[in-house]
Amino acid sequence: MSNLLSITTFLPAIAALILAVFLRGDDPAGQRNAKWVALIATSLTFLISLFILAGFNSADTGFQFVEERDWLMGLKYKMGIDGISVLFVMLTTFMMPLTIAASWGVKTRVKEYMIAFLLLETLMLGVFMALDMVLFYLFFEAGLIPMFLIIGIWGGQNRIYASFKFFLYTFLGSVLMLVAMVAMYADAGTTDIPTLLAHDFGSETFSILGVQIIGGMQTVLFLAFFASFAVKMPMWPVHTWLPDAHVQAPTAGSVVLAAILLKMGGYGFLRFSLPMFPVGSDVMTPLVLWMSAIAIVYTSLVALVQEDMKKLIAYSSVAHMGYVTMGIFAANQQGIDGAIFQMISHGFISGALFLCVGVIYDRMHTRDIEAYGGLVNKMPAYALIFMLFTMANVGLPGTSGFIGEFLTLMGIFQVNTWVALVATSGVIFSAAYALWLYRRVVMGDLIKESLKSITDMTSRERWIFAPLVAMTLLLGVYPSLVTDVIGPSVEALIADHTTALAAADRLGDAQMATAASH
Amino acid sequence: MSADLNIILPEILLSVFAMLALLVGVYTGKDRTAPALTWITAGVMALIGLWMALTGEGTNAAFGGMFLDDAFARFAKVTLLLSGAVVLVMGQEYMERRNILRFEYPVLVALSAVGMMMMVSAGDLIALYMGLELQSLALYVVASLRRDSVRSTEAGLKYFVLGALSSGLLLYGSSLVYGFAGTTLFSGIVAAAGEGQTALGLLFGIVFMLAGLAFKVSAVPFHMWTPDVYEGAPTPITAFFATAPKVAAMGLFARVMHDAFGGLVADWQQIVALLSVLSMFLGAIAAIGQTNIKRLMAYSSIAHMGYALIGLAAGTEQGVGAMLTYMAIYVTMNVGTFAFILSMQREGEPVTDISALNLYAKQDPARALAMLVLLFSLAGVPPMMGFFAKLGVWQAGIAADLVWLVALSAVASAIGAYYYLRIVFFMYFGQEGVQIDTARSPLLWGLLMGSAAVMVLGIVNLFGIDGIAQAAAASLVN
Repeated sequence: MSNLLSITTFLPAIAALILAVFLRGDDPAGQRNAKWVALIATSLTFLISLFILAGFNSADTGFQFVEERDWLMGLKYKMGIDGISVLFVMLTTFMMPLTIAASWGVKTRVKEYMIAFLLLETLMLGVFMALDMVLFYLFFEAGLIPMFLIIGIWGGQNRIYASFKFFLYTFLGSVLMLVAMVAMYADAGTTDIPTLLAHDFGSETFSILGVQIIGGMQTVLFLAFFASFAVKMPMWPVHTWLPDAHVQAPTAGSVVLAAILLKMGGYGFLRFSLPMFPVGSDVMTPLVLWMSAIAIVYTSLVALVQEDMKKLIAYSSVAHMGYVTMGIFAANQQGIDGAIFQMISHGFISGALFLCVGVIYDRMHTRDIEAYGGLVNKMPAYALIFMLFTMANVGLPGTSGFIGEFLTLMGIFQVNTWVALVATSGVIFSAAYALWLYRRVVMGDLIKESLKSITDMTSRERWIFAPLVAMTLLLGVYPSLVTDVIGPSVEALIADHTTALAAADRLGDAQMATAASH
Repeated sequence: MSADLNIILPEILLSVFAMLALLVGVYTGKDRTAPALTWITAGVMALIGLWMALTGEGTNAAFGGMFLDDAFARFAKVTLLLSGAVVLVMGQEYMERRNILRFEYPVLVALSAVGMMMMVSAGDLIALYMGLELQSLALYVVASLRRDSVRSTEAGLKYFVLGALSSGLLLYGSSLVYGFAGTTLFSGIVAAAGEGQTALGLLFGIVFMLAGLAFKVSAVPFHMWTPDVYEGAPTPITAFFATAPKVAAMGLFARVMHDAFGGLVADWQQIVALLSVLSMFLGAIAAIGQTNIKRLMAYSSIAHMGYALIGLAAGTEQGVGAMLTYMAIYVTMNVGTFAFILSMQREGEPVTDISALNLYAKQDPARALAMLVLLFSLAGVPPMMGFFAKLGVWQAGIAADLVWLVALSAVASAIGAYYYLRIVFFMYFGQEGVQIDTARSPLLWGLLMGSAAVMVLGIVNLFGIDGIAQAAAASLVN
């Protein structure tokens, strides 16, 4: 199977095409067919992607399953995965059937809804597999179109504002990245990612309009990519589109957004910024680290005062992404391992939390925390599941959330103790807002009249949560499932990074010692 | 002499056809023949275009270098003839139903096409001016074709007065260039400009000529006429304005800048870059407040000319090739978009208000989807072809060290995305309201769908136009 990656990527798109062409009518039968086609297609994609995981050799730090064909304007259609991207591919294929299953209650324009999600899956998978810079950009950017429509058509009250904000924010960041990509093409003469990873972009200091740019071209390119990935991530202070988008998106849209789309920023940092512009990254590291630390503390505090459950979880996502950027730019094994782990685990946990909100929203049609209280009396199963994911969100040992936070903090501690100190306080804040949310929604007596007739989770809902619960606990007690796969690739990435910095004479004493020991 | 005539045979054929059509129109009693004449004219234009595309080769100069037939000219001519032909038949039904289809219309379009073909083939200042005026005069009349409408006649008059002014600027520039170069031949000007210190008068001449040319491509700050003319003219004519003449004007622009002033790239590059930046930003920002889709498309075309000018500002072969690719893609997108606008109507009356598209996606999902594809393509969002058009000019810009220009254009394209999204917003997220009914025209439907399909399928290999465009550019820049 030499084109396994293409098959995985385009299978959902083909299903979308089949839906678009052959499915007629918006009657209940047509709606049911649309849902089943989408569910079968995404499940099949997941099954096929298991072959990728099975055939993946984690000891090999190069790109595997590589496909290459000539494309237009001297570009190449090139796909491939390595230790950094393989788990994101798996995360995507794993989450998609669950989101489709969670959308079973959609009533309006079901066919279009399923088409949008299927196309979105193709585009997201493409992002993680593309080995041509422009191909990457194409997938990265095209994903905005279905998401824009998902928020705009099936969203909540204020969906128009949210969808425009989402689109324009990310679009502006991305076009700057595209300009940088064109500049890289002019410099290196290729858009092939493996070649670019080996290319040495200029890092001599020069000045623009009298301002000295330390790190030269690399810093400029880094900033252009940063504009895109920081928005996508999202990092403080460009995170403001996320709470709006999350609140207004339908449940499944929120799940995809939190579980997969946010990971593209982190993946981009690991694929482009860190390895391609080592000097630029090094110059900007203090800024990024402090932005991450501020994000962790500030958004945790903001989360404390939210009235809306989805908004609260959205802010908590921003805080958790702060750990990710912090880990990535710590640029050591623990930091990057932790960052990838945190992204995978956050995919499961935040996805599950949004599904939890979806469960009660479907019953009560409100996300106000005030409207709930004492749900444990009527919904014991729900209370248990919600508790598990709340704890995982806090980072309780035994859940996957702990491993990610711990590794990133360990990584950052070796690089910058002050940032580590500030960031660690975020752990306490996250416990505060998460537990308080849980207490207000689930605990206490059931006194609200409107909640008296609420019913516990249906078996469909329970089955959706089952795989998420399993993954969260499994990764919590057996983290080497992830770290073994990503370890060698991360190690190679760090080795290259250190070599490049040594060549540019930018290593501190501590790093010198580590480099010497390699 | 006969060799010369052979080279300009396509132009001669089209002119003769236009004369014959005029006679037929006059003698067969007014406008009864107009629909048939429209189709025949379009057929002739398309045939000549195809003939040139299939048989033309090499570089030939006629009349002592006044007329140049090279790959560049052929690329521009084929694009403008085919798009002109398509737009002509596209509007036939619309105009007939509203009683404004006169037999002069196809004749004038054919004559303006001859003018455009002269423009892109000009090798001499006089030939340039002849082509330009033939094209412009025909277009002035076409703009005010709806004689009994105040808007339409106003559009024609405005276009005429401002167009005359810009022709004056161009002529003044030409006379300065002639005065300081001592010749009107482009090849002579290039040689004269290459010797020693560039004369100040020559630079002045270039600036005035640039102003005149910028008017024709509606680049800011010479764009004032565009929104009014686009809005006032009947929609099929607006569609025509947005396509073929733009290709011809950009072709002429490139021709003059490279053939006549190819040695002075450093002198005109900054002016073109400035025109480009201003056009992109004005086009992006001014379109935001528009409620009329025709006015919106006017600003959109101003912005698109800005992007195409990046390719020209690069001053390289790659830049010209990227510009030609951009124009070809731009024209295809506009044909589809105007096919959609032409079919917007309510109780038989044309509607141009964007808010009339409220929840159009529910009423006609297929058309709405096609329009969605075109709008995202216009905004330059991948995977549509409009993205590759932008990518091409950006590559050329960066290769020519115009990083600042490319970075600014990236910002402008993000701003510009807003107003395309706004149309999507009305079509997909709007409120229930008074609906429009769409004209049931298989032709318009086919063009809309075809254009959208091209935008999506272009991802495979851009239909090879980038290679052809680069080859065409190679014949211009040396």
